[in-house]
Amino acid sequence: MTQQWKAVCKVADIPALGARVVRRAAKPDVAIFRSSEDKIFALLDRCPHKGGPLSQGIVFGERVACPLHNWNIQLDSGCALSPDEGCTQRFSVKVEEGTVFLDAEELSTLAIEVTTE
Amino acid sequence: MKKLKLVMVGNGMAGVRTLEELLKIAPDIYDVTVFGAEPYANYNRILLSPVLAGEQTIKDIMLNDVDWYAQNGITLHLRKKIAKIDRVRRLVIAEDGTTAEYDRLLLATGSTPFILPVPGKDLKGVIAYRDIQDTNAMIQAAGVHKHAVVIGGGLLGLEAANGLKLRGMDVTVVHLPAWLMERQLDPTAGKLLQKSLEDRGLKFLLDKNTKEIVGDDSGNVKAIRFTDGLEIPAELVVMAVGIRPNTVLAESAGLFCNRGIVVNDTMQTYDPRIYAVGECVNHRGTAYGLVAPLFEMAKVCANHLANFGIGRYQGSVTSTKLKVTGIDLFSAGEFMGGEGTEEIVLSDPIGGVYKKLVIKENKLVGACLYGDTVDGSWYFKLLREGRDITEMRDTLMFGESNTGRPGDTGHEGFTKAAAMPDDAEVCGCNGVCKGAIVTAIKEKGLFTLEDVRKHTKASASCGSCTGLVEQIIMATAGGDYSTSSKAKPVCACTDNTHQQVRDAIKANKLLTIADTMAFMEWRTPDGCATCRPALNYYLISTWPHEARDDPQSRFINERAHANIQKDGTYSVVPRMWGGETSSSELRRIADVVDKFRIPTVKVTGGQRIDLLGVKKEDLPAVWQELGMPSGHAYAKALRTVKTCVGSEWCRFGTQDSTEMGKQLERMLWRMYAPHKVKLAVSGCPRNCAESGIKDVGVIGVDSGWEIYVGGNGGIKTEVAHFFVKLKTHEEVLEYAGAFLQLYREEGWYLERTVHYIARVGLDHVKKNVLEDAENRKALYQRLLFSLDGEPDPWHEHEKARVDTRQFAPLA
Repeated sequence: MTQQWKAVCKVADIPALGARVVRRAAKPDVAIFRSSEDKIFALLDRCPHKGGPLSQGIVFGERVACPLHNWNIQLDSGCALSPDEGCTQRFSVKVEEGTVFLDAEELSTLAIEVTTE
Repeated sequence: MKKLKLVMVGNGMAGVRTLEELLKIAPDIYDVTVFGAEPYANYNRILLSPVLAGEQTIKDIMLNDVDWYAQNGITLHLRKKIAKIDRVRRLVIAEDGTTAEYDRLLLATGSTPFILPVPGKDLKGVIAYRDIQDTNAMIQAAGVHKHAVVIGGGLLGLEAANGLKLRGMDVTVVHLPAWLMERQLDPTAGKLLQKSLEDRGLKFLLDKNTKEIVGDDSGNVKAIRFTDGLEIPAELVVMAVGIRPNTVLAESAGLFCNRGIVVNDTMQTYDPRIYAVGECVNHRGTAYGLVAPLFEMAKVCANHLANFGIGRYQGSVTSTKLKVTGIDLFSAGEFMGGEGTEEIVLSDPIGGVYKKLVIKENKLVGACLYGDTVDGSWYFKLLREGRDITEMRDTLMFGESNTGRPGDTGHEGFTKAAAMPDDAEVCGCNGVCKGAIVTAIKEKGLFTLEDVRKHTKASASCGSCTGLVEQIIMATAGGDYSTSSKAKPVCACTDNTHQQVRDAIKANKLLTIADTMAFMEWRTPDGCATCRPALNYYLISTWPHEARDDPQSRFINERAHANIQKDGTYSVVPRMWGGETSSSELRRIADVVDKFRIPTVKVTGGQRIDLLGVKKEDLPAVWQELGMPSGHAYAKALRTVKTCVGSEWCRFGTQDSTEMGKQLERMLWRMYAPHKVKLAVSGCPRNCAESGIKDVGVIGVDSGWEIYVGGNGGIKTEVAHFFVKLKTHEEVLEYAGAFLQLYREEGWYLERTVHYIARVGLDHVKKNVLEDAENRKALYQRLLFSLDGEPDPWHEHEKARVDTRQFAPLA
């Protein structure tokens, strides 16, 4: 089971109250966030409202404010705060000895762009 | 942990609102039990009049149905009136013997109609107007009887009379004073109102004192007799002469009451376990009967019930609007005038318009509007804020849209919400139609602008349609839409206002966001997307070279030093001093566009070139290869200094405007401010650079330079105020710099110069910059000091604290 975890960066590589973008072969990008208490979260880098890049938003508590229209998205669930409605895909995260891991299986399967040949 | 027991007596709007607020902030600390004397769950009492008038149904006005109580685990006892409170055993006892123990008790017993103590008051057919039962009784009577008499020509009485008339009755309104609604209107407006109600078929008997109500043999009312001997037929008599706080239960329990249950600023009664909210309370000597103050109380009370212990209710200023369709009437404050007041009056009896504004010490203290109430919410705002109206005195009467502020955009030029069809767009930013707002207000029971913004997004972006949205709330949610007199806090993380935060940072030399939050007792660990950018600005503007900029507390544009676009790419605008460029700059721009495959190149309104669709990872290389300074088109900072060519080329030019513009731009670039700042310099009064709509506009004339401040070409076109006339370039730099520094030190975050000046007054700015030369020089020096050594974020990443990791995605 441990093999599916993929190291993406160190906790220190993400600014506190900030985010980094994780590119993946199967688009779109994933955003990883770091709270002031060094908790790490991963969400699809797309706001459920109009697809804004959540990685670029202001992080506070365990939420991020989307940079496009200021929807507040909860980092643990990926869901918008009421009265806004909608959720974005969340991804599993593991932190071990300061290294952040994402699930490779999830990265290659969840919320991927469907292309028609 | 065992939950505490909260019992609420009274199931009306104020009480249930308190529970809603409590559930929001502390859903788990209480087992809640509610007792209501009426057989209905929580409904909007304000809207009984439209129900009586046949415009809405009972179903339309329900706010919380029985399911809501069940879903929130609240035990609801309907039709059970509490007879006794046993404060020793902490028990309430209902008339039917039901009991409930409490740890805390909330009294929300509302008010009771005042019944005139005249013979015949207990006859069948004599009713008050308070609840659904009364409303149904009136509707029923209208179906079988002919003559109705309403005693009381106040708000409630007139709404009742109007409803009964619409249901086909012959209605006479009896009123003791000489004009209608004497507590809300002056005699002139009262007479106008009477006239238009008479045109609708209502009859009035003013200055009449009721002697007795006469019954027939079977105990039904048949007539009403006055002290002057007149008698008129009546099969229905509605008493609407006023309400009294319902304190019977509280008094029987030995709680201190004095025309209301007396409470302190935390809504606590003289028994610390017992709280009270709503129409039943007396707060600092006032009993309120309007919804907005009640909701304010509810919020404070919930805060204390949740053991947060920080909210305080400090009273409200209220306004009134009559809910009779087709009659527009608004009043607020000291509309009758009085000692030391002046009045501005507009009277057009034929057109049915009457407006009176009462002014005291250059402040609006009262307003009484009849026939045209479009500006009611604006006057009410001026009144609450106590703003000095000296400068707008001559146009004040003509309302907000005519107070030198035409040019409102984004909603098809509508200024009257009532005139808009349901499918007309109110909010042009978010595409919200009037119908959608009305539906949301009705279905979700919204009352405040903030609620409507949250649910519909209407007026939540640029805010230019705020006045329209307020009108819609007034018309839909009930006539007494009003707001508390309290200044607004920065955001939900704190109760402190922008001014309090600024003052504290300065007085206590706070240097970091964390220290400021700790000092001012922020409720959240690291704020939110609203307060953090504000705090960051206040720190760096108050303590330049000492407080450190925090990029994570800046909006993405100021963190990435480029403008985010809807698809997540960025736009790049290099600086061109005074709008002047050269062949080598244009060549470099062309090369960068080709190399980085930038899809769109556009000339901006500020005389520069915008490169749109740049990928974030390309930004550092684009900046470097352009080799031009940052244009700060992305920042709350100096944007552009727009210029015309001026005397160097133009045959009309009187001054070298391009050179003046370049000097201003070289001095001010990299200047962060509460909001964006735009300048313009024109070389002659033809004003080709449009200096009249800029934060600072400079216009060259033969003898020197005219300086204008506080203009705006955005959401609302605002014409700048003439500020001063100067001779030399050096003077222009000093005066413009000092004005901008004053704004930087005193402005609230996201407040443009136009709003800053409106708040503090142009006189204040003149005093500080024009009249006090020493102060002007000091301001100017402080500006130069804070800009000294300020880095260009495009080329000095480290010094500007640009986190370059953001440009490199992880794989």
